[in-house]
This record gives sequence, structure tokens and C-alpha cells, in this order.
Amino acid sequence: MIMRFLHKFSSPPYFYAISGRMLPWLSALLLGLLAYGLYGGLVLAPADYQQGDSFRIIYVHVPAAWMSLFIYMVMAVSGAIALVWRIKLAEIVAISSAPIGAGFTFLALATGSLWGKPMWGAWWVWDARLTSELILLFLYLGVIGLYGAIEDKRAASRAVAILALVGVVNIPIIHYSVEWWNTLHQGPTVTKFDKPSIHVDMLIPLLAMAVAFKVYYAIALLIRCRNELLLREQSNRWVDEILEQR
Amino acid sequence: MNTVSSFAAFSAVVHRDLLLAYRHRAELLNPLAFFVLVVTLFPLGVGAEMALLKRIAPGVIWVAALLASLLSLDTLFKSDFEDGSLELLVMTPHPLSLLVLAKVTAHWLLSGAPLSLMAPLLAVMFGLQGDVIGILLFTLLLGTPVLSLIGAIAVALTVGLRKGGVLLAILVLPLYVPVLIFASGAVDAAMAGFPVSGQLYMMAALLVGALTLTPWPTAAALKMSLA
Repeated sequence: MIMRFLHKFSSPPYFYAISGRMLPWLSALLLGLLAYGLYGGLVLAPADYQQGDSFRIIYVHVPAAWMSLFIYMVMAVSGAIALVWRIKLAEIVAISSAPIGAGFTFLALATGSLWGKPMWGAWWVWDARLTSELILLFLYLGVIGLYGAIEDKRAASRAVAILALVGVVNIPIIHYSVEWWNTLHQGPTVTKFDKPSIHVDMLIPLLAMAVAFKVYYAIALLIRCRNELLLREQSNRWVDEILEQR
Repeated sequence: MNTVSSFAAFSAVVHRDLLLAYRHRAELLNPLAFFVLVVTLFPLGVGAEMALLKRIAPGVIWVAALLASLLSLDTLFKSDFEDGSLELLVMTPHPLSLLVLAKVTAHWLLSGAPLSLMAPLLAVMFGLQGDVIGILLFTLLLGTPVLSLIGAIAVALTVGLRKGGVLLAILVLPLYVPVLIFASGAVDAAMAGFPVSGQLYMMAALLVGALTLTPWPTAAALKMSLA
């Protein structure tokens, strides 16, 4: 049942039709979550006892950092699927994720430096988490550059898939090497097995923002995939039919 | 019929690459000269104060080694790709990952090994002491094969491209970070008189991991570049 749905979902015309119908719903969900998350985080949540109001950048910074890793995983997994089963949609998901992931990585770095200035007294420190996030940005840029450099887009997708898989093996190695090398960043406050060391009133808007960022990613990904599909399948009949309906 | 054993094929590829390099001796010296030059630029750039130079020597030598290895990577598959012998390698009955490993072995013997042997001389010029130089040499011998192995993946991905040069640097250098950190960390620890076995074990683990894992993506990338 699920397999049949997935099979159907991965066929380009069906994906194009159903993603078009999903987009308005996802956008509404995004607006709701953003409105609640931002209001709850910026207005309702109490100020931090140490960091005052400047901790509120957490509502952008932490979800962006989570997304930067999550999107890399999506890229690698869909790359693996593309390599093994040669599913066109998986190829497109892999490469369409890269610019969005790079964007979130950059956002995490930028908000991190804005947060670092009042807290640590410096825009940039060579701390483990910052450095590994910067290297992650370079990995994304490598993927985007490689895709751009290869003319044949299907071959480029396979190259990107190989590179993403190599990167996924390396991310933990890079993470731990820079962690042992130098550390200043505060420890995790939410993602640990113990009780989160963050107040519930601060936590709930943060989780709402995290889900909002995921929904935003889904929307951006769907739009990018739809464009890429139209480009790649422009000689197929179902694209002509869509264009005629316009 | 497959009459040649895999080991014979492996050594044949290594032998061929070494012979080819021997016939083009001048090209062999380029990465080495580059390595020495980059290291030489640092005293000119940051000042010739011996205490400072001693402090930054491990990092400088290792970063220069990374760049020299990056420079030498370009030759790994390029000429074979251009004259078509790479396609013949792919078509042999032997596993391509094994032949890739042979080519990387030859490449390391021609670039990483001489570079490692050159480094102690530079270390003396930066005022390092005997046992620290030994550790530096050891990290280079453990680390430069990892650089060749990881670099081979990126070269295989970009071998068919005309504008592969800068792209290669962007693909490869982020993946080199762990080697750089553990290697210069080991030399730093040795200079401060701390034990270095932890960092050396990590480098050995990286080497074993790279030896076992990288030939497959390299082979896959080569097949893709040739298709």
C-alpha cells in the first residue's frame, strides 16, 4: 500500500499535480506556525536570567542550525536512492535541497555571529561548532559547484549523489575532530536524553519555529523540484498538457 | 579469460605509473618545489622571529602539504583520461576499485612520500627539535596517503571537466580538515611534551578507514565520468 503510493508519487506527472495541490495547505500551515512561534518567542517567552533579551535570536538560530544538518541528511539519503534505484525524483530532490541547505547554514552562521557579539564579545571565534558549520557550508557549496560544472544534468545528479554520500561519512569525523580541537559554544539545551535544560515557555515556541522551518523547507523544496522537473521533462507530453492549460 | 591475477594487475598498474612518471621527471618536482616555496613564504610574511616560527611550524608545514597534495592530484587521472587508457582500465576484468587503489598508491609514492621526506629539512629551518621532527615525519607518512585517497574521489568526479581546477579545491579541502587537525595537534602536543599516541591512533584510524572505503566511490565516480 505504502510502496504503491511511493511508486506513484515518484512518477513526475503525478508528483507535479499533487505537489501543486499541497502547496497552499503547506503555506497556510507555515504562516500559522511562524505567527505563533515568533509571537511566543519574541513577546510571550520570559527573558533569560543570564542573557536577557538577546537570547531570543535562538528562535531563528537553533532551527536554522538543525535544518542545515537535516537537509544534508535528506540530500545524502535521496542521493543514495538516486544511485541505487535511478529514480528521477530522488535525483531532483537531492540537488534541489543543496541551495536551501546552504541558505540555512549561512543563516545559522550569521545569526550565530550576531548572538556571539554580545555574549562572547566577538563576531567570530574558532570554536568547534562554528567551524564545523562553516565547513558544512563549504560542503554545500562544493555540491552546488559540482552540479553546475557538469553539462549533462543526469550525470551531474549522480556525481552530486556520490559527493553527498562521501560528505555524510565525513561530517561526523569533521564534527568530532573540531570538537576535540577547540570548544567554546554552549552545550545542547534541547536535544539531549535528559530533561531539556530550557524553560517550557521558551521551549514550546522554539519547537514551533523548528516545525515552521521544516515546513518552509518542504515548500521551497517542492517549488524547486517542480521547476527542475519542468526543465528536465520539457520534451514530454505531460509538460505540454500543463502548459496548454495555462 | 581472466589469466592475470588481481595482485599482478595491481602491481602492473603501479609499475606503469611509476615508469611513466620516471619518463617525465621534471613534472615530479613541481609539487615538491611548490611545497618548499609556500613554506618559505611564511617567514617572509609573518617575520623571521624564531619563537613565532617555531610556534606556527606544524600548521604551516601541514597546510603547505595539503596545498601541494591538492596541486599534484590533478595528474592522478588526467593524462589517462585524455589518452583513453582510463577506459581500458575500466574495461579490464579486474575490480576497478583495486586498480584505483593501485593508481593512488603510485600517486602517493610519487607525491606524498617525497614530500614527507622533504619536511624534516624544513622543520629544521623552523627551529624544531629532533624528536618533534620525528613525530612530524610520522604524521606526514600516516596523513598524506589519506589525502591522496580522499582526493582521488574528487578528481574522479571532475576528471571530465575543462574547468575542474578551482572546483577541485572546494570539493577536497573541507574533507582534509580532520587530517590537518589531528596531525598538527600531534606535533603541537609533542612540542609541549605531552603524549601524542591519541592523535596518532586517530590518524591511523583515518588511514585504515580511507584505505577501505574510498576506492569504491572513486571507482563509481570514474565510471560516471566516462559514461
